Amino acid sequence: MQFMYAWFPTGSDAPELRYVLHPGRGQTPHIWRCRSGAESPPSLAPAAPLLSWYERETTDLCGVAFRDQPVPDPLVLLPGAAAERPPLMPGPLPHLSYTPVPLPMPDLAGTTREDVQLLPFGPVRADVLESTQLAFYYIGEAILHYQPRLFFKHRGMEKRFEGLSPALGTVLAERVSGVGSVAHALAYCHALEAASRCEVPSRATWLRVLLAELERLYNHLHYLGYLCHTTTLKVGEAQGKYLEELAKQVNCQISGSRLLRGLVVPGGVRREPTLLTLAEDLVRIEHELRRYADQLAATSSHLDRLITTGVLDRQLAFDQGATGPVERASGIDRDSRRDQPYGAYDELPLSVAVRDGCDAHARQQVRVEEITHSIALIRAVLDGLPEGSLRADCRPPPGGEGLGWAETPRGTAYYAVHLDTAGRLARVKIKSPSFSNWRVFPYTVHGTNMMDYAINEASFGLTVAGCDR
Amino acid sequence: MAMKVIPLWTLYGLARGKATTRWCGEDAEPGQAGYLGMPRFDQAKCQQGCRECVDTCLPGAITFCPDASKQRLTVDYGRCVVCQLCVEACPTGALTSSTDWAFGSRRREDLVWTRAAASTDGMTLKREIRRVFGRSLHIRHVDAGSCNGCESELQALNNPYYNLHRFGVFFTPSPRFADLLLVTGPVTYAMRGPLLEAYEAMPDPRFVMAAGTCAVSGGTNGGGYACDNGLEELLPVDVFLPGCPPNPPAIIHALLMLLQRSPQRVQGGQIGPADEHPEDDYA
Ligand code: SF4
Ligand code: SF4
Repeated sequence: MQFMYAWFPTGSDAPELRYVLHPGRGQTPHIWRCRSGAESPPSLAPAAPLLSWYERETTDLCGVAFRDQPVPDPLVLLPGAAAERPPLMPGPLPHLSYTPVPLPMPDLAGTTREDVQLLPFGPVRADVLESTQLAFYYIGEAILHYQPRLFFKHRGMEKRFEGLSPALGTVLAERVSGVGSVAHALAYCHALEAASRCEVPSRATWLRVLLAELERLYNHLHYLGYLCHTTTLKVGEAQGKYLEELAKQVNCQISGSRLLRGLVVPGGVRREPTLLTLAEDLVRIEHELRRYADQLAATSSHLDRLITTGVLDRQLAFDQGATGPVERASGIDRDSRRDQPYGAYDELPLSVAVRDGCDAHARQQVRVEEITHSIALIRAVLDGLPEGSLRADCRPPPGGEGLGWAETPRGTAYYAVHLDTAGRLARVKIKSPSFSNWRVFPYTVHGTNMMDYAINEASFGLTVAGCDR
Repeated sequence: MAMKVIPLWTLYGLARGKATTRWCGEDAEPGQAGYLGMPRFDQAKCQQGCRECVDTCLPGAITFCPDASKQRLTVDYGRCVVCQLCVEACPTGALTSSTDWAFGSRRREDLVWTRAAASTDGMTLKREIRRVFGRSLHIRHVDAGSCNGCESELQALNNPYYNLHRFGVFFTPSPRFADLLLVTGPVTYAMRGPLLEAYEAMPDPRFVMAAGTCAVSGGTNGGGYACDNGLEELLPVDVFLPGCPPNPPAIIHALLMLLQRSPQRVQGGQIGPADEHPEDDYA
């Protein structure tokens, strides 16, 4: 099971539920469709726990209640927020009222309340960080229970797509999670290309791999710098951030945008990127990276903080829907680039980094290895880039629909796209990897200690914007 | 073991040498090669009656005036997300990509390309900041619903390349010690309260910067059921910095502009010549 969502078929007030499953390597996704009629549908969360958040979101945004939902609380709309009508139901935009509700004290069996303290952080956090609220229920250094309150950044992005022409939706998809601009645009365009059955020229599919791997490169470099920040390894932090800056300058050089925006379009890529100095720049980054990675792997003060921190066992990772480097560091050998290949990945030498350490250290190792794989992929693209056109005509038919996915630096993103009878966007569902990984993350915090928290959070490499949308 | 390793990192750091760009005072902008910025508009090349660019602009940055005696197009850089779609759509080449990165402005109107004469009076501001802050500025950043692209660039300010500290600018966790509230994102319903609280907690005089097109005007993500359209109706904004996201030099420029150490680059939507910064002023 990957995710579920609801949409309202054109002219209908009755929602249809969609469940998306990826059965295994090399197989195309299965989509279950379900119209429940007057009766409310049963919750599938007891059988597939990762569905819980999707069901709660569907209740908030589409007004579908699920029978026997284990946690029937709102999710995407904060406690105290009330929409006149479910925002994704067809019709005029609803007004949203909001009276903030303070964080509750949970019922903690076996502990007297007086011992337990609540430490709330946020939503405005220190430094330059994304907004989210974190609640720690603790005794001394020990965290008994941890509850992130997300969705302060809910912007109603899925609704923003409605009514747009499919081409303009790409501009929006790039702005769901800025540091995942390429992968989000790709997943979105893949959905349109599936709907229109258009064949993307091979030169474009290769260039898309190049862009996606450059995105992974600067994100993972950022990740290492920030992880060093939390383990207070100052020089390691500076060097990681410096390498990230070099990578972003390369992005700017080749695409005109430091976040690689504006090149991916439905049907291909918009223009030729400037690749003149890329091979040379890669040599430089790779050279510095090698020494940097060796240093990290040999610094015991850094490793001591990572090893056994934030343990996520394999079963939990699988059941709760962990994705990307997080699941691969818990021994799950999955990567949509290889398992449900898209674009040119099946023509290129792709390796998948897997570790079974299940801790922050394993998550770092996966990222370090992925950086080297990304550099190898970029090189392979530069060496074998086929000639040809950049863009095919991509016009999804009125009433059409498509499912697309792409492996972002943080895991698999899915876009499900439905068009109306005029060929405009009727429903766009975004399944972002951070939504999945934020769901998993708290399980690794309960019962740990305050000192390790920041390191553990950094080791997950979460974004809030993608999760909250 | 740890005792041995830390000096190794120090050595390693020293061996890396100085990565910081000289940045200000040089002719070209180091590290920004290839940047595609806000489109430029050439009135003379604009074809009558064609509205291709208007229809392709998602955030509605381009407005079209049907009255032929007036200027036909108004491009509002406060809404532009530098997607370059208008450049591609324009059949006559009236809109062209430029390498102008985003630029800060003290007045929202100055981001609109019109013929209106713009006058700015920053002298009072300058005197105030100089008088109160001396040479350092403390910033409280509030993410009011960004896509995290803006944060990515704000975080870059402290990397060894830009090394913002040398300008005497610091991010502070507490609004009580902050001089400047730097806001990203279109302002979601849930962040409106925390944002206003942060502002209220700041001592006077306090300044506000809307960083990124979202915070300036809502950009592509503002409006809808969950968002405002940027800061303008919520807080008194001292500097508007569009760009999606604004790149680090643009942010530094806007900060320095706030400190009156560099002049405003855009007036009435027209970009002036590059600034000349006497480097010793803040090196
Ligand atoms: S580049 Fe700016 S003005 Fe042109 S279409 Fe994009 S957002 Fe609109
Ligand atoms: S201005 Fe652009 S980069 Fe900044 S938050 Fe908004 S969409 Fe993201």
